[in-house]
Amino acid sequence: MSQKVLDALTATHGAAIERTESTHGDEVAWVKADSLVAVATWLKNDPAMLFDAPVFVTCIDRLDWQPVGLPPSERWTEDKPRFEVAYQLRSTKHRHRIRLKIAVHENDPRVPSLAGLWPGFNWQERETFDMYGIRFDGHPDLRRIYLYEEFVGYPLRKDYPKDKRQPLVRRDDLPINPIKRDQTDRSAK
Amino acid sequence: MAADASTLKQLVLGRKDVQDLTDTEQELPPDLMTVNMGPSHPAMHGTVRIVLTVDGERVVKSDVQPGYLHRCFEKESEHATYTQIFPYTDRLNYVSPMINNVGWAMVAEKLMGITNDIPKRAEYIRVIVSEMSRITDHLTCVGASAMELGAFTPFLYMIKCREWIWELLEKVSGARLTHSYVRVGGVSKDLPDGFHAELTYTLDEIDKVLAECQDMLNQNKIFRDRMAGVGAMSKEDAIATGCVGPIARACGLDYDVRKDYPYSIYPEVEFDVPVGTTGDCFDRYLVRLEEVRQSMRILRQCLKQIPDGPTMIDDPRCALPQKRATYNTIESMIRHFKHIVDGIKVPAGETYCFLEGGNGELGFFVVADGTGRPYKAYVRSPSFVHLSTAGQLIHNHMIADIVPIFGMINMIGGECDK
Amino acid sequence: MGLEITTTRLEDAAKWAKQSKLERASNWGRKWSLFTYPFVTACCGMEFMAVAASKYDIARFGAEFPRFSPRQSDLLMVVGTITEKQGPALKRVFDQMAEPKWVIAFGVCASTGGFYQNYHTMPGADQVIPVDVYIPGCPPRPEQVLDALMMLQDRIQSGRGHSQLRLKREQLIASASREEG
Repeated sequence: MSQKVLDALTATHGAAIERTESTHGDEVAWVKADSLVAVATWLKNDPAMLFDAPVFVTCIDRLDWQPVGLPPSERWTEDKPRFEVAYQLRSTKHRHRIRLKIAVHENDPRVPSLAGLWPGFNWQERETFDMYGIRFDGHPDLRRIYLYEEFVGYPLRKDYPKDKRQPLVRRDDLPINPIKRDQTDRSAK
Repeated sequence: MAADASTLKQLVLGRKDVQDLTDTEQELPPDLMTVNMGPSHPAMHGTVRIVLTVDGERVVKSDVQPGYLHRCFEKESEHATYTQIFPYTDRLNYVSPMINNVGWAMVAEKLMGITNDIPKRAEYIRVIVSEMSRITDHLTCVGASAMELGAFTPFLYMIKCREWIWELLEKVSGARLTHSYVRVGGVSKDLPDGFHAELTYTLDEIDKVLAECQDMLNQNKIFRDRMAGVGAMSKEDAIATGCVGPIARACGLDYDVRKDYPYSIYPEVEFDVPVGTTGDCFDRYLVRLEEVRQSMRILRQCLKQIPDGPTMIDDPRCALPQKRATYNTIESMIRHFKHIVDGIKVPAGETYCFLEGGNGELGFFVVADGTGRPYKAYVRSPSFVHLSTAGQLIHNHMIADIVPIFGMINMIGGECDK
Repeated sequence: MGLEITTTRLEDAAKWAKQSKLERASNWGRKWSLFTYPFVTACCGMEFMAVAASKYDIARFGAEFPRFSPRQSDLLMVVGTITEKQGPALKRVFDQMAEPKWVIAFGVCASTGGFYQNYHTMPGADQVIPVDVYIPGCPPRPEQVLDALMMLQDRIQSGRGHSQLRLKREQLIASASREEG
């Protein structure tokens, strides 16, 4: 559907685009992190593109990625980047959509922020930081949004156990101290 | 004597008498004040904390802090099968739960590639219950906002209408509020007998009640003064911040997923999309009321056009077998067991599927890995995006204006905080 | 001291929490004029709205006026899921209420955490505050809520709410120590 968007993108910013794919009706372009802002600015301002509406930004953690039904080369291994940050954009005028994906390694989880171009990404980047620990360079106010500041860790990462609670307050007169019972430390982090 | 008394007071209490204050000292201090609108507040629309910096009554700076209802939908989804996630989706936008159910079913079907094979009757039923949920969403929003501005009677009338719709939805699905009715591949049960007649009667009654409420509110000076001109947003701001739904339509942006990216059977029904002009709270209220009328128009058409047929796709990959077969043949029993325990196997891939929720474009971005549980399930919630604009909407307004602005954003806590 | 006052079970409490006529009369007045503080967080709030509206009228029980200040209310209805981030706010609101005060945990999320078992949902409001009546249901039907309200009214009348027993306990301890001393 929006294949011509991908074609125009690779024609103009060929060096910054690692590869493109088209799955289930969505167009995806893999972008290098350092040219993300340039590509995004072009996508916003070019008259044939005019991506003016931000849809979402999120992150995929591929630590447990062992898909069934795909060849074994698709499984995640230590040398591949662990995180993928995905930005979805939409154009009000031309009605096409695109997803930009940036591969992020675990030892340096940083991505340039697009909150300056689209204010709608401000809170969503904060949410991605809160849940996955991805730092967005250039974000005006990068702090936790869903969880409280005393929370340690990034819960949506695959190595954070689902029910590891970090309570802020409990009753003193409960017979069993639930704080000790709750925090089953099943992970190193 | 007076001089002695006032010096005594100054020495003892450290403050002067009023008549001894100089002119500049008599004015109120010009410092800004920090006021906390705590996570528990009288507005009925979800739990959020706003730390305001005010200059008298005027808001100078605000820090909106959501997350007090973060119930970890995404983390729970990674540990639950696709069918087990339906109750979690109910509790996202809990005033229009059927729409979330339909959205989740649509994303699983898109990944499986069976979107075009869903039986027509199932699609019609999905649209009928979605539009009924949309009506309850708008009624709750408008009713609660009116109550917060002091109009208690429209609230009672709209809740009365909502009760009628909830009773009908209870007959369809079994629960008043959190239905979990839709399944991947169709819906779980057919509509009950007598549903057509009851729904038609209810829609006529709701028409009358809406007319009464409009009489009470539209020309009401107090209501108009508190809503008109308050919290206006321009169309460019709405687009740049990602606003969708009634809020964006009130600003003049003509974007409705049902018209622009039609899905299900929406191309076969006729309806209009109300679009406002100024983007203030009164326009949002008018847009919502008109959308209720358009939803009723869609419902009447669906009731006429709905065909007979199966309500679930005949595909062993996602449909549970019939009970008679499950109890009598071993293959069906194994299939039933596998579906319940392992879940519906969705082939590996990722997609973003979106539909028009009560608040706008509600989307699910799902990464599937071929097992019965999603690898990642992200919800693009419109309430979260709209709440992010709340800070700029209440800027330079008075504290009392926060109530209609916050009410008309329709920030549903479950959807905003996931 | 010999006063085994640790439980709120009706059989045990009957031994020591005896009520005078004046207490019975004032409890009668309290139960028919509950000022609720609806601590609404989630979906159960919709059912709370339905209970307060005209069909399932909670005004019949004298409890229709929500007082949105803890200083002015005596029944804290914890409606909806409590998360860890909300815990300090809930505790602070409860502490600010004046005695005697009662708590209803409305919905299964406020009772035990519901079907949420994750890093942010508190498994029940009673991790932070003592609860008098638990209402299961997701969300509970309004008839359940009215039944729970009537159960709470029985508790109030017989003086067995948590805060009433605590007050009684303190009175008895104070009078016992006055006799000794």
